[in-house]
Amino acid sequence: MSLFILASLIDPAIGLIFWTTITFLLLLVLLGKFAWKPILTAIKTREKGIEDALSSAQSALNDMRELKSSNEKILNEARAERDTMLKEARDIKEGILAEAKTKATSEAERIMKTAREQINNEKNAAISDLKNQVAKLSIDIAEKILKSDLSSDEKQKALVSNLMKDVNLN
Amino acid sequence: MTGKSNTRSKISGICLLIMSIFLLSSTSLNANNQPQDEAHHEEVSTATLSVTEDAHNADKPVDIAAIAFEHILDAHSWHFWGEGHDAVAMPLPIIIYSSTNGLKVFSSAKFEHGHASYENYSLVDEKIVSSDPNESIYDFSITKNVAQLLLSAIVLLLVFTSMAKAYKTQGVISAPKGKQSFLEPLVVFVRDDLAKNNIGSTSDKYVPYLLTVFFMILINNVFGLIPISANLTGNIAFTLVLSVVTFIVTNINGNKHYWSHIFLPHAPKAIWPILIPIEVFGILTKPFALMIRLFANITAGHIIIISLVGLIFIFKSIYIAPVAVAFSLFIDILEVLVAFLQAYIFTMLTALFIGSAVADPNEDGAHTSDDDKVTAGH
Repeated sequence: MSLFILASLIDPAIGLIFWTTITFLLLLVLLGKFAWKPILTAIKTREKGIEDALSSAQSALNDMRELKSSNEKILNEARAERDTMLKEARDIKEGILAEAKTKATSEAERIMKTAREQINNEKNAAISDLKNQVAKLSIDIAEKILKSDLSSDEKQKALVSNLMKDVNLN
Repeated sequence: MTGKSNTRSKISGICLLIMSIFLLSSTSLNANNQPQDEAHHEEVSTATLSVTEDAHNADKPVDIAAIAFEHILDAHSWHFWGEGHDAVAMPLPIIIYSSTNGLKVFSSAKFEHGHASYENYSLVDEKIVSSDPNESIYDFSITKNVAQLLLSAIVLLLVFTSMAKAYKTQGVISAPKGKQSFLEPLVVFVRDDLAKNNIGSTSDKYVPYLLTVFFMILINNVFGLIPISANLTGNIAFTLVLSVVTFIVTNINGNKHYWSHIFLPHAPKAIWPILIPIEVFGILTKPFALMIRLFANITAGHIIIISLVGLIFIFKSIYIAPVAVAFSLFIDILEVLVAFLQAYIFTMLTALFIGSAVADPNEDGAHTSDDDKVTAGH
């Protein structure tokens, strides 16, 4: 009995072969059409979507990097420009300062010169005024002398010496 | 996960135990045909209950091998549990083509589990025989295995068409949900790791075939682990068909390089008479190995589990039961691994054979250099 069972274990039954063939081929066709095709297409679509998303993220990252580097470049340029502008401003400031200094000096010199001239003029005017006054004084003295008593010698002498004393003191 | 397996294996262990108890009486009866008929008559006429039968049979040695093979082999009715009058079984349609009477279709209930004959046909050891010696019979019955085959095909169709529908309704952007999230990695695994790695650039064409083979074997391996189910992937007829399909797919797609490797090997012409038959033989041995590997692995697993449970009846002691259950639990968990592993191996080797048949020597650097080495050698 065991031998018979063993033999039937490795003896493929025609019925099962027949049904397996039909079922398997039918399953292959039906699953292929209604399951594997849509499933594999869907998976492929999703994979492609993920791939695209990743690559676009990468390109966005690259763009951002580029943008960042260009930003830096612009920033550097701006910094350099600012530096030059500052330098120019400093130069201009120094120039203005130097000019102002020269102008001020010359103005001061001019003012000093005018002042000196004025002083001179004033002095000359004072001198001429003094001269006039002296002349007037002299005339006044002369008048006084002439008006006073010139009768005696003594008196004349005293008068002259007095006058002279005053003059010397002046 | 472990918790589930435990419960399932315990249930399967208990079921096997119960089934073995019930099968005990029948196999003893089957041991020789004469007493069987007598016992049957006795059963029918006096309606003796199985209590006395069991008590009578308890003294006889148990033929564990017969029980094991009864579980592994195909049957014309789907037996759930019970024996004799208590048997709960589903009769299946018998379809036979007779050389004299043509096509005949009737229910297996007509045979009354081999005790009765219908017209001039009777069931002897699950084989339909005719009383007419000149009549030859081709049995196309929907046996237990065929019924499970059809059931698994329907389950596969329902599962994968609903999965395909899920992509349509939810769109492809959203993450997979439910059974989609369990099956999608398997589908992608078959497509990338089995098909693309072994076949190369033309793999897309073969992916539907590989997926069908993979899931067909996987679902029937898993179904086979359920106690009352049929042992379809452990049946040589089933593995034969799958390997024949692989053989056909491999050889009709074989390119010039593949055939020249067989009929014009890079070797001295003097040894061609030896080499060519070996290469031709090799075409056949590859699918033959596929057929034997799946059949033997699944059958062996089932035999081990039944034998372990059978230990209880060999030792005739309840104290051996915890050991037997513990071992069969371990083997049962191992069988879950084997169920996936064998589906993987069958599909992987199929992909490998197709890959070797369609490999473009210009694309694959290893092949060319191998051939060059051989050429340079002589």
